[in-house]
Amino acid sequence: MKEKLHQIKEKYKGKKMAPAFNAIHTFLYMPNETTHSGSHVRAADDLKRTMNTVIMALVPCLLFGIFNAGYQHYSAINGFPSEFSLMEHFITWDNFWLGAITVLPIVVVSYGVGLAIEFLFAVIKGHEVEEGYLVTGMLVPLIVPVDTPLWMLAVAVAFGVVIGKEVFGGTGMNILNPALTIRAFLFFAYPTWMSGDKVWVHGAKEGLTQAGTADAISGETVLGYLAQGNNDFSYSLSDMFYGFIPGSVGETSTLLILLGGLFLVFSKIASWRIMLSAVIGSLAMGLIFNGIVAAEWIPEYSKFYGLMSFEYWQHLLVGGLAFGIVFMATDPVTGSQTNRGKWIYGFLIGFMSVMIRVFNPGYPEGVFLAILLMNVFAPTIDHYVVRGNIKRRMKRLKTATIYPKVSGEVEELKTETV
Amino acid sequence: MALLSKKDANLILDPLADNNPITIQVLGICSALAITAELKASLVMAISVIFVLGVGNVVISLMRNVIPSKIRIIVQLIVVATLVIIVDQVLKAFAYELSKTLSVFVGLIITNCIIMGRFEAFALGNGPWKSFLDGIGNALGYGVILIIVGFFRELLGSGTLFGIPVLGDPIGKTGLYATGYENNGFMIIPPAALIVVGIIIWVQRSRNKALIEEA
Repeated sequence: MKEKLHQIKEKYKGKKMAPAFNAIHTFLYMPNETTHSGSHVRAADDLKRTMNTVIMALVPCLLFGIFNAGYQHYSAINGFPSEFSLMEHFITWDNFWLGAITVLPIVVVSYGVGLAIEFLFAVIKGHEVEEGYLVTGMLVPLIVPVDTPLWMLAVAVAFGVVIGKEVFGGTGMNILNPALTIRAFLFFAYPTWMSGDKVWVHGAKEGLTQAGTADAISGETVLGYLAQGNNDFSYSLSDMFYGFIPGSVGETSTLLILLGGLFLVFSKIASWRIMLSAVIGSLAMGLIFNGIVAAEWIPEYSKFYGLMSFEYWQHLLVGGLAFGIVFMATDPVTGSQTNRGKWIYGFLIGFMSVMIRVFNPGYPEGVFLAILLMNVFAPTIDHYVVRGNIKRRMKRLKTATIYPKVSGEVEELKTETV
Repeated sequence: MALLSKKDANLILDPLADNNPITIQVLGICSALAITAELKASLVMAISVIFVLGVGNVVISLMRNVIPSKIRIIVQLIVVATLVIIVDQVLKAFAYELSKTLSVFVGLIITNCIIMGRFEAFALGNGPWKSFLDGIGNALGYGVILIIVGFFRELLGSGTLFGIPVLGDPIGKTGLYATGYENNGFMIIPPAALIVVGIIIWVQRSRNKALIEEA
């Protein structure tokens, strides 16, 4: 098979469809090409390795999302189990089966449409297919509600890949994170499918009813409850941490996101600076809001009261904040490149996520908006960080005393180098 | 006998494609973003600008030898303002509902860069007939883009054209909506116009490589 692919590659070299064949070839095997000129430092962590590492970190979230889709669906119909046991109520075939038939089509559409467009552009532009979409295609199913109609997803993926990435020159050249561009497009284009209390549980939009009653099932997210000033939701802190709550497919389990994040940090794929500063930023904004509530500057009937009085550190457990910080903010292409820039970039993401979350009137979530906004500002941050460094060094140079060189040593060096 | 000489015809045809005020010169973007959510508003805006620019160019061209160059901007502004007020009053009298949709943007034709740009660049240096053709040509180029953008935004955003439902009834779920199709709310907000204009620019430049600027 490998030899055959090599032969096919030689045969089609220079032909129009060549990039499409080559993509499959390099995805499956190590290419048989060697470096053409000069010698380079070689390392194993090429783009493919990087992408695969991120996907490995995402797989637990996807599996959890599949089970959770089933769990939320059956619990909404039959009522939540009073004594929850992981093996009995969560990891069951019923949950898995329902989750699989609702979540896997989203994955397939996301990859199918996205890769088709990547192949198309590679053939038109005559370059190799880049691995950039592998991660995006996995992120997209995890950040949309479980009942997102597939045609909407296809439209959004096409839009996100073309307008978010290809017009800027493809993988590595994009300003905005493509997965978040897709999410933002869905949010603005089809708001009724992206927010409210009917979209987070499979079947709620079609009007399924609870067992034995005529009440339609619904599943409001924790943030949704808070935005309505309603603090008595039935989810405990551990539910939020382990992820047994309604939400987008893969964003609910803070535990698994944390594990994925640690994996990415220790494999040096993602920047710990961005993650840490984003967490600090969100805690800071949360504390400010808690302070405002504690100082009684805001009346209890205010529509912001519910979200503002939410404990500052619990913001990290609900909604997409943790997922966004770990997997989206750390995108090396769209984020800041300088170390100091990463601190500023991350901090502002966390800070603004919580701020938008509280003040957004239509939809109590703001992580994707905050990250997209900071994506736009990342080059500016880098620019000023670099300028600041130059300025500081120039200053140091001015105040520095430069000792005259000892002539004997210079002589010696010369003889050595000649 | 041709109605227009080749040179004169180019004055009209050039701004329609290869020298389009919106997609090539990137002027007049504000109104293109603001009023193109509906095809009807786009059309009326296009007609208004054709009137203002056509008449304005002739007026400025006739006065070009008597306008002291120090105060020419003020004179140009007065001409545009007069014409815009005429358009505004006519709209209020005969199409009141539409004038409310267009609201402030009729008045803002004054600030449309295309108009002052053509006065400065063309009418001040050419005779009235040529200026008239140039004005009509540029306003048509502007109008064509407005109508293309308006067509896609209204069709995809509201499922209508000129206010007439063409894709079926979104509430009663008939026509295309019966299959689960929904209107795209993104197309109604102004950023969508920016993206549609961007796509038009993209298509135009990939068809005619001579238009691509050197990086």
